[in-house]
This record gives sequence, structure tokens and C-alpha cells, in this order.
Amino acid sequence: MTLSAPIAEPGAGIGYRARPSLRSRIAGGRAGPVLVVLVAVLVLWYAGAVLLNWPTESARLARGNPEVSPAEILTATLSAQRPVLPAPHQIAVEIWNTTVKVSPTAPRSLVYHAGVTLGPTLLGFALGTLLGVALAVGIIHSRTLDKSLMPWVITSQTIPILAIAPMVIVVLNSVGISGLVPKAIISTYLSFFPVTVGMVKGLRSPDAMHLDLMRTYNASGRQTLAKLRAPASLPFLFASMKVAVAAALVGAIVGELPTGAQAGLGARLLAGSYYGQTIQIWSALVAASAMAGVLVWLVGLAETTARRRAGARA
Amino acid sequence: MSAAPSLAPAPVPVPAVGDEVIAARKLGLVFGTNDGSVHALKDVDLTIRRGEFVSFIGPSGCGKTTLLRVIADLEQPTAGSITVNGMTPGDARRARAYGYVFQAAALYPWRSIARNVALPLEIMGVPKAERARRIAANLDLVGLSGFEKKFPWQLSGGMQQRASIARALSFDPDLLLMDEPFGALDEIVRDHLNAELLKLWATTRKTVVFVTHSIPEAVFLSTRIVVMSPRPGRITEIIDCDLGAERPLEIRETPRFLEIAHRVREGLRAGHGYE
Ligand SMILES: Nc1ncnc2c1ncn2[C@@H]1O[C@H](COP(=O)(O)OP(=O)(O)O)[C@@H](O)[C@H]1O
Ligand SMILES: [Mg+2]
Repeated sequence: MTLSAPIAEPGAGIGYRARPSLRSRIAGGRAGPVLVVLVAVLVLWYAGAVLLNWPTESARLARGNPEVSPAEILTATLSAQRPVLPAPHQIAVEIWNTTVKVSPTAPRSLVYHAGVTLGPTLLGFALGTLLGVALAVGIIHSRTLDKSLMPWVITSQTIPILAIAPMVIVVLNSVGISGLVPKAIISTYLSFFPVTVGMVKGLRSPDAMHLDLMRTYNASGRQTLAKLRAPASLPFLFASMKVAVAAALVGAIVGELPTGAQAGLGARLLAGSYYGQTIQIWSALVAASAMAGVLVWLVGLAETTARRRAGARA
Repeated sequence: MSAAPSLAPAPVPVPAVGDEVIAARKLGLVFGTNDGSVHALKDVDLTIRRGEFVSFIGPSGCGKTTLLRVIADLEQPTAGSITVNGMTPGDARRARAYGYVFQAAALYPWRSIARNVALPLEIMGVPKAERARRIAANLDLVGLSGFEKKFPWQLSGGMQQRASIARALSFDPDLLLMDEPFGALDEIVRDHLNAELLKLWATTRKTVVFVTHSIPEAVFLSTRIVVMSPRPGRITEIIDCDLGAERPLEIRETPRFLEIAHRVREGLRAGHGYE
């Protein structure tokens, strides 16, 4: 899954120019390079699948028939049951079989598992965004909070999520809370950070003249926030929300790992690795990145709508 | 002379005609910076009375903006005293005594022109119907009727600056502080806006304090011209500019006009301004 638009590079989403439509981007010849890269990735992937699966497959075939031809081994490397690296078409078939061909509520369905992960992702993303904005508002309005809170906000992200996730899950499980909420908390933990950092910057982005203007009106801090700082921070908010929603998904998946959950994309990854089902692992990975892509795209859509309303250049 | 025809009850007790609106005594301001201190203003004595149009002129760095910002309570003096409408600049600002026009239009890009003009009214809690009335009246005053729904980037620089003037006038302050409002515009647009501003001043009789570095602009607009010079920023001369209220653009070719312009130029030279 490659996203052609930058998500969080400095200045991403800043300014009031809308992005050109997909059609004009293709017409403008920008789809060409993307396709070239895609083809290159596929070629390398197939080459990798052959190389990595060759030793095991040739050994397996040689056991039954010492005269096995290289052509047979080659075919086998691209259709193995438990390949070291599955070929792209195997993953595609697996995804097809576990989405379109089964009921969306079946335990085999990837749609079902994606749905189980989506819930805590969205809840955690919403809570993380709210928390991030609230912290940023506090930080820019109070020197004390800036001094006391900001170091903790940064420290929080230096602790590996893999160390925190089991603690959160286990502690909450012991008091009888399991399922959606613990996963959402881990998502919140990962997603509030980019929003806090982005919004502190965004709320401080108005230039001195715009702030002086508010002072000449004797505007209160609250009025300055509502009528100047908040609208000025919108591009920063959306840029950081794109990072946050992807982080929230990672959080929800990580939250499924420690307890050996039965459902969710994380559970599929875990189960796949227990039983050496590499095709299942890869299809869960593809589903996760597709979901991340869609979520980021939806945030972008909300951004476009918000900018239109704010008089962005067409 | 009668009091200004107020658009609405002014929030400030209106001083009587001829009252001191601004009174500065031995005013000084030193900026402390990392590489030493800058004496931006030194021993500034100045009285501006109600209904005057006073221009500050001088080379860049002579403290024109700083003096205007002290009046507006955007900068704190480090010496001397100053009152605005008989109070401290802070109290005057809190009483919304003045409208400030910056060097750049400083419109909010996410607001339409009408909503930019509405900004101070929203902050001051003016009811919606009254807001609509004042937006219409002030956009009309600056010749921007029909541009209500446009966004700032859709307007030329001159139109943007006119919108910012409408915004400053929208809450009907008696004092207008303008910092080189037309400095970035070409001469034709500037001439036009000068004439408009003069008409506005003649009809509303507001007190205007106007910063410029153009001699013709200062002479054309002002009743008095304050000549300043840098290092330290100070007033070197105050020149009366009694051209009367009626000032067509052609007045700039009259001997009286040229004589005053000459005196201003001499004043600037004496202050070693342009050497
Ligand atoms: N915030 C500030 N900090 C330090 N020095 C300043 C500041 N504002 C202005 N100055 C200095 O004060 C002097 C007067 O500036 P200013 O009032 O802007 O001049 P003018 O408007 O006449 O060009 C200049 O030397 C300028 O560099
Ligand atoms: Mg200046």
C-alpha cells in the first residue's frame, strides 16, 4: 500500500490550495511513476518468493522424486501451502476467499476481523484527538502546563508500546474490562501524541499581526482561541489526524496480541504465526494497510470539505 | 463643528470637540534585544486633539510604528507618560477607543470579506441584525459593496486594504490609528484611497493618526505633520498643514501645497533622516 500524498512531512496540508483530483493526476502523468514502482515491486516480490521458497520446496519435492525438474520447483515455490514468502497472487486469492466468498460474520472472514479491529481504532482515534486537542489548548494557554506537561507528553512516546500494551490489557482484564475498551485505550495512547504536537504548533501559528488585531479589540483568550487560533490550526489538525488515525490502528492491532484474542486483525496475525500460515499473515497485513489507507483518505476527505467551507482556493 | 454622526452609541464617553485625545509627555521606549538595546523613542512630546488628522513621517526605523503601537497599548513605554482619551492606553484599549489599520490588510483568510468586517462586531457582542447593517454600511463606505461573499485572496491588494479599513470602522471608534495603510499599493490606487480617506474623515470627523513615509501623502491628508528622525527615534518638527477641508487631488500642484511639502522635506533633512 503506497500513499502518493505525503501524510506528515513538514507543512503537509498547510495552505489553502485543494489537491488536484485523481483524474487530473492521472491525466497529468503522475500515475505513470506510481505504476512503474508497482510493477517493480511485484517483479521483486515474485523473485523474492522464488528465491526464499526454493530451498524448502526443492527439498520437499526431492523427497518423493529425486528427478524433480527446476520448472516443477519453480511452480511449487509460487503455490506452496506454507511458503516462507507467499506470492502476491496467493495473497490476492486468500483475500478473495476470506472476504467475498464467506459471510461477513463468519470467523474466517477478513471483513469480520477488520470490523473487530475498526471499533477500537475509531474509538481510540476519537479519544486521542480530543485528548490531544485538549492538551494542546492547555499547553498554549499556560506556561506552567507547557513546562510541566510537555516533557511527559514526549516521555510517554519513548516507552515502547509493546511494553505498555500487555500491562494495560492485563490490568484491565483483572478488573473485568476486556474487549473494545482496553484496545481503544492503547489506540488513544498512540494517537493523542501527534495531535498534541501538531495542535500546539497550529494554535501558535497565527502571525503577530493577526494576534495584535485581537488585542486591539480587547478580545478574551477564549475569543482569540475560537476566532483565530482554532481556524488557523485546522491544516495542522488534519495533518496530525492523518498520522493519528494510522497510529490508532496500530494500537488496536497491538492490543490484540498480548491476550491471544480470538478476533481482530491482530488475532489473525498472531494465529497465522502460531500455525505458520504465512498467507493468512500477509492477507491480514494487506487488510490492515488497506484499512489504514481508507482511514487516512477519509480524514483527507473531511479536510477537503472543511477547507471548502473556509473559502479555500478552488 | 458638530460631533460625529455616530452609527451607534459609542462605547466610550466621547470627548468634547478640541479635547486632548492623545497627550504624550517625555515619552521614551527602549527595546532590549540580545545584541544591545534600541532607543526607539526618546522624549516624545505630542498632543493630538479631537478631529485632527495627524501624520507621522520619517525614514524607516525612526519609531513611527512604535509610537502608534504605544498609543494602541501594543507596546509599553519605558519612560514618560501618555494618555489616550484621558486614560492610560490600556484602559482606552479595553474601552475599544480606537480602530487600528495595519501595514498589511491582515484579513483572516478563512473568513469572507463580510465576515472579516464582522469580526470586531462579533467580539464586541453586537447583535446579528445590527451586525448585518454595519457590514453593509461600512463596505459601502469603502466601495466594496457586492464583495461580501468573496474571500481575501480573491481581492486585489487595494481592495483588501479597503476591507481592513471597513473592519476598523465597523465598530465606529472615534480614533483611527493607521500604520502606512497604503504603503504597499501602487500610486494610482494610493491616490484614489487617499481621496476616499479624506472624504471619510471630513464626514465622520474622526481623529486620525496616520503613519507614512510619503511627503505628498502626508501633506495631502493631514492637518498637522509630525516629522521624526531616528537613533534615537524622536520628533524633530511639527508642521501645520492648513490646506482647509476641501482638498481635490489637484491641490497637490498649488504653491501652498508645494511650500508645505518643501518644509517637510527640509525638516526631514534637518533630522539627517535621508542622508
Ligand atoms: N519588537 C522590537 N524589538 C526590538 N526592536 C524593535 C522592535 N520593534 C521595533 N524595533 C526597533 O525600533 C526602531 C523603530 O522601529 P519602528 O517603530 O518600526 O520604525 P518605523 O515604523 O519608523 O520604521 C527600529 O530600530 C526597530 O528596529
Ligand atoms: Mg513602520
